[in-house]
Order: sequence, then structure tokens, then C-alpha cells
Amino acid sequence: MASLKARPRHFVDALDFSTEEYRALISLAHDIMDAPARWQDVCAGKVMVTLFYEPSTRTRLSFEAAMQRLGGRVLTVADPATSSAAKGEGLADAIRTVCAYSDIVVLRHPKEGAARLAALYASVPLINAGDGAREHPTQTLTDLCTIQSFKGRLEELSVALCGDLKYGRTVHSLIKALACFPGIDLILISPVELRLPEAVKEEVRALNPGITWWETADLEGGLARADVLYMTRIQRERFFNEEDYLRLRDSFVLTPDRLVQAKKDLIVMHPLPRVVEIHPAVDDDPRAVYFQQARLGMFVRMALVTYLLGVRPC
Amino acid sequence: MLRVDSIQRGIVLDHIQPGTGFSIFERLGLREADYSVALLMNVPSTKMGRKDMIKIAEALDLDLTMLGLLDPNITVNYIEGGKVVRKVKLGLPERVEGILRCKNPRCITSAEPYAPAKFSLVDRDKKEYACFYCGERLQA
Repeated sequence: MASLKARPRHFVDALDFSTEEYRALISLAHDIMDAPARWQDVCAGKVMVTLFYEPSTRTRLSFEAAMQRLGGRVLTVADPATSSAAKGEGLADAIRTVCAYSDIVVLRHPKEGAARLAALYASVPLINAGDGAREHPTQTLTDLCTIQSFKGRLEELSVALCGDLKYGRTVHSLIKALACFPGIDLILISPVELRLPEAVKEEVRALNPGITWWETADLEGGLARADVLYMTRIQRERFFNEEDYLRLRDSFVLTPDRLVQAKKDLIVMHPLPRVVEIHPAVDDDPRAVYFQQARLGMFVRMALVTYLLGVRPC
Repeated sequence: MLRVDSIQRGIVLDHIQPGTGFSIFERLGLREADYSVALLMNVPSTKMGRKDMIKIAEALDLDLTMLGLLDPNITVNYIEGGKVVRKVKLGLPERVEGILRCKNPRCITSAEPYAPAKFSLVDRDKKEYACFYCGERLQA
């Protein structure tokens, strides 16, 4: 018998939501933050499955904390070695099975496009918590929420992105989402070897032909005019030669000295985990907001879960 | 001048880029045909200078998406009673399913072989398609 049930809404790609939806979700996250007690039972009786085929601490715990604070329950597969994946079960079968037990599914997978495939088979809302080097849209949601919270706007901003712009999935998702807001000026700070890929630039141009960007390998120069600095880790495994890695890594370390030239109302963000790219001495600078960013990530995920499940306080 | 009889019922693939007629012949599996098939190569053409043509004396159900990918300039003429009853000018298909394969080793299609390969046309001039799953681009 054909099902009359409406297809669920998924969040797989940073562009799945319009700018209006992003604004509404950020506003909802603030409502939840301001009055958490009103929201503590809205997901009572609901079950979230977090299906992680790749290690994660922050993202998984953030989702689990979000669901528990909404009064829902969580079932977790955090180690693929202990799941049916170890027996060779395909992703489509795994998704159809976990959808039978749950109201919402959070998926992380090492392969690019895994969440898109999973969404074809998911009968409940599916959230992409990272698929290889491609997308990490809930980090984008967190990043936009952080920018809105600290800068008061998502448009007319100079946003500097620094570090590994080639392989960093958080960077690719954020740039595409930012391109949908007017007046965004991007400052792309990276070693030549880790510049933003042409394919991402083409996508950004298609989204917003008027967007401007400036590519540089000079952190201090790029920083001077930024309203937002988004730091990412330079990854050792991307280099053939340890000497090159160490040289480049040290030129992209943010220190208090390098922040002297920056605007007084700059905000410094990082998707975390941080390794060496932000010196611990920067943590005391009021412009460093990366730990508040992680906390906002939980509230904005609470907003996302309630939005996809269509639940509100009575 | 080479002479090939006209067909009463079947299909004529016209305006094939010279040199590609044989690969299209192979892709359509016409080597196995038990009906008459003629592959004509380097035929004089007022429009193209030279062209390849394939005449098939059978009303086959051709995969026009695949044909369009192989050569978007082809004209497919459907013949009934010795006359052209329908003419279809191919072009690059907007969507392609189950024909191309993604070359990105990190794409989910490399790990889940049952995943239906899907591509959409992103740049007509460069004949570029993007993988539905990972976004990897490839040239048709």
C-alpha cells in the first residue's frame, strides 16, 4: 500500500536552508537559551539515534546534550566496529533500520555524500553531522549563530578564514552559507598549498556573483580589516614534507602579538578541536569566542531538532 | 560513391561526429544485431563537412540519454514505411542516472556500489557534470 506520510525534512547540506530559515533557527536558539525550562519536555517520548561511523566528541555530545535537554532520549552507535557495519551492512540498510526505532537520526560518515545517500532512504528527519571533507552543516549553523550573537548581524561583514581552506569541510560549508547573505567580503588566509579549491569558488560565484574575496598568505595583513576571524587547523597529514608543515604551521598561529593590529570588536572563532593554531594566551582576550561558540552549538542544535520534529512548548 | 539502401522501418542516427560512429555502434550493442545495420563513416555532409551515420532496420528503444552523452549533436530519425515520421535532436542531458561513475575515491558511491550513480549538468560549454552525492565534477 502506498504511504500517505509526507516526506521528512532533512538537513544534509548548508544550502538546504534559506537565509530566512537560518535567521529563524538562530532566533529560536536564543529563545531556548533565554528560557530553557520551557523547552525541557518538548521532545519527551522522542528518540534520537546518533550513528557515527567516524570518531567525534564535540559534535556527538553536542547533539546528545541537545536532545536530553529537550527531554528526549538518545541511542548511540559511536564505534562502527561494534555495529553491523563491521559485518558489511550497507548504509541504506542501516538507515532504514535505525529509522524504524527513532524519530530523528544524526549521521557522521567518512565518505563524501554519505548523508545525501542516507537521506534518500530515511523515513525520519536526518541530520548530517559531517560527511568526509564535504559538508558539516550543523557546524555552519553554529558558526552563523555565533556571528549573529556577537556581531548582531549576518550581512555587511568582512570574514577572514585562516588555515586549511582546501580540505576543511567547516570552511566550505560556512563560505557557501555566508555567500547567501548580502555584503559579505571574504579574506582567505592560507598557505598556497591549502587555498580554497576552484570548485568551491565557482559554487560561491554562482550563489552570489557580487561577492568579493581576497586571497593572501599573510595572517597579520589579512586580519587588519576583518570583523570575524575563523581559524582552522593546518593538518600535518596534508604535507609530504615535515619541514614544510612546521614552517607553514608556525606562520598561521594566532598569538596576542598578531592580534594587536586587529579591530577592537573582532571576534575570533574556531570549530575546535584546537591544536596549536591559537596560542592559549589568546583565550584571555575578550575577542576570543570559540568556547562560547561551542556552547551556542548545543542551543542551535536544540533549535534544529525541534524545528525538524515540528515540536514547540505548549 | 558508396550506396546503402534506405530502410522501411527503423532508426537512422544522423549527424554523428566523424570518428565516433564506431564507438556508438559498440555501445548500442549493434555487433550482436540479427537485423540489418549499416555503419557509415566519413559521409559527405553539407552541414558538417563529414559525418558518421548508423542505419538500423529495427524500431529499437534507444537510450537517448546515453546517446546524448556520447554525442549531443546526433539527430535521431524514426522511420516508418520508408519515411521519417519523427525527428529528435539530441543535446547534453540535464540529468544522468546509472551511466557515469564518480571518480572521487572518497565518494560514497565507491563504498556503496548499489548507490544509484546520479549526475547533473553544471556547465554545458565544458560538458561538465557534478556527482549528486559528493559534487565531484567530470567531463562527459
